[in-house]
Amino acid sequence: MTRIEVTVDGSKVTDDVEPRMLLVQYLRETLGKTGTVVGCDTSNCGACTVHLDGRSVKSCNVLAVQASGHEVTTIEGLAATGGHADGQLHPVQEAFRECHGLQCGFCTPGMIMQAVDLLNENPSPTEEDVRLGMEGNLCRCTGYHNIVKSVLHAAGGAR
Amino acid sequence: MIPTPFEYVAPTTLDEALAALAEHGDEAKVIAGGQSLLPVLRMRLNAPEVVVDLGGIPALRGIRDDGDAIVIGAMTTHHDVHHDPLVHEHAALLAKAEEHLADAQVRHRGTFGGALAHADPAGDLGAPVLALGAEFVVAGPSGSRTVAGSDFFVGLFETAIAEGELLVEVRVPKHTGWGAHYEKFVRVAHQWPIVAVAVAVRTEGGTIAEARVGLTNMGSTPLRAHSVEEALAGRPVTEDAVREAAALAAEGTNPPSDLNGQADYRRHLAGVLTRRAVLAAAGA
Repeated sequence: MTRIEVTVDGSKVTDDVEPRMLLVQYLRETLGKTGTVVGCDTSNCGACTVHLDGRSVKSCNVLAVQASGHEVTTIEGLAATGGHADGQLHPVQEAFRECHGLQCGFCTPGMIMQAVDLLNENPSPTEEDVRLGMEGNLCRCTGYHNIVKSVLHAAGGAR
Repeated sequence: MIPTPFEYVAPTTLDEALAALAEHGDEAKVIAGGQSLLPVLRMRLNAPEVVVDLGGIPALRGIRDDGDAIVIGAMTTHHDVHHDPLVHEHAALLAKAEEHLADAQVRHRGTFGGALAHADPAGDLGAPVLALGAEFVVAGPSGSRTVAGSDFFVGLFETAIAEGELLVEVRVPKHTGWGAHYEKFVRVAHQWPIVAVAVAVRTEGGTIAEARVGLTNMGSTPLRAHSVEEALAGRPVTEDAVREAAALAAEGTNPPSDLNGQADYRRHLAGVLTRRAVLAAAGA
């Protein structure tokens, strides 16, 4: 077992974990943060995307021990990052609701976390920028059009 | 899927990392960004006893100006290489290759040195690094040595890094003012290229003065297309002139045949992509 200290969604947590434990397992199974989902389990689909020190990563492709000393934000803590009041959605979550940027909803947490990262880096993306920037996230329902619309809508709202 | 159990070692200096490798020998596996290694461990294609994580060694990160070269620390992420002003000014070809390497999440985590040490012949960095004549600085128990780009890639997933050694940094000679382009052919977004071509050119007026051409996935290692480089020198930047030189791209290559394409298809692609890459690099 290895002792880790991670800040997850604003709270500092300390745990002894097996070094082989994946960050996504730690989030879901140890911390109960099941908002982050396991999709393909092969680091292709991006459903498990979280932020590590403010940048998007696939949490099925990071060891929990590698996150020690760092800050993780999941979909569950996203709304709080912008200083939004309790119960209020993050503007990107709001945009996905407004534009119906989902079908079955399974890929949505990862899509939103990647969209937030994309907009942090490029607040005024073109449609092509969004499609390229989201290429690491797959939607099995193929609901890409509304997802892209949602990201562009969120960008418009931020301007 | 999770990896088999292993002991985790997290050194904070290069010396500690080398000591860990010396202690554990071939039972140890080095993890850089882990974007290639973790899928391998999770599929249980490899089951090391010990994993040595280089993520806590700040000295291995960063890009610096060193006179006639820029020096890229092995643990610098793809994202940081892609956005670095020194890279854009002096080795634009690397930024072009990084731009479409895997996807944003992988680029935030994966490292420049890790990808090169992994030596996947379909990896996007080998060809541009070879084309720019980079050198590799490798540290071991008895100090560090410099390996020429042409000697670094030995075979499929195999480099000149010996057991107990680590890739520390990559020295990339400055190609200031050169045009650059990385032309990558994929069927699926964020996948490895079926074939890709890395080109840097220095033009004078409408003429190609010098060219550097690297090939991805045209053999068991990344390759340099010397015959294309020679044929391009002195040619005008026109479609016909470039097409003739690019037709030599597959010369001396031994591309694989797999689900994505047969060897002869890859040879055909190499010529087409080289023409496109040269014209784009030359701004035509």
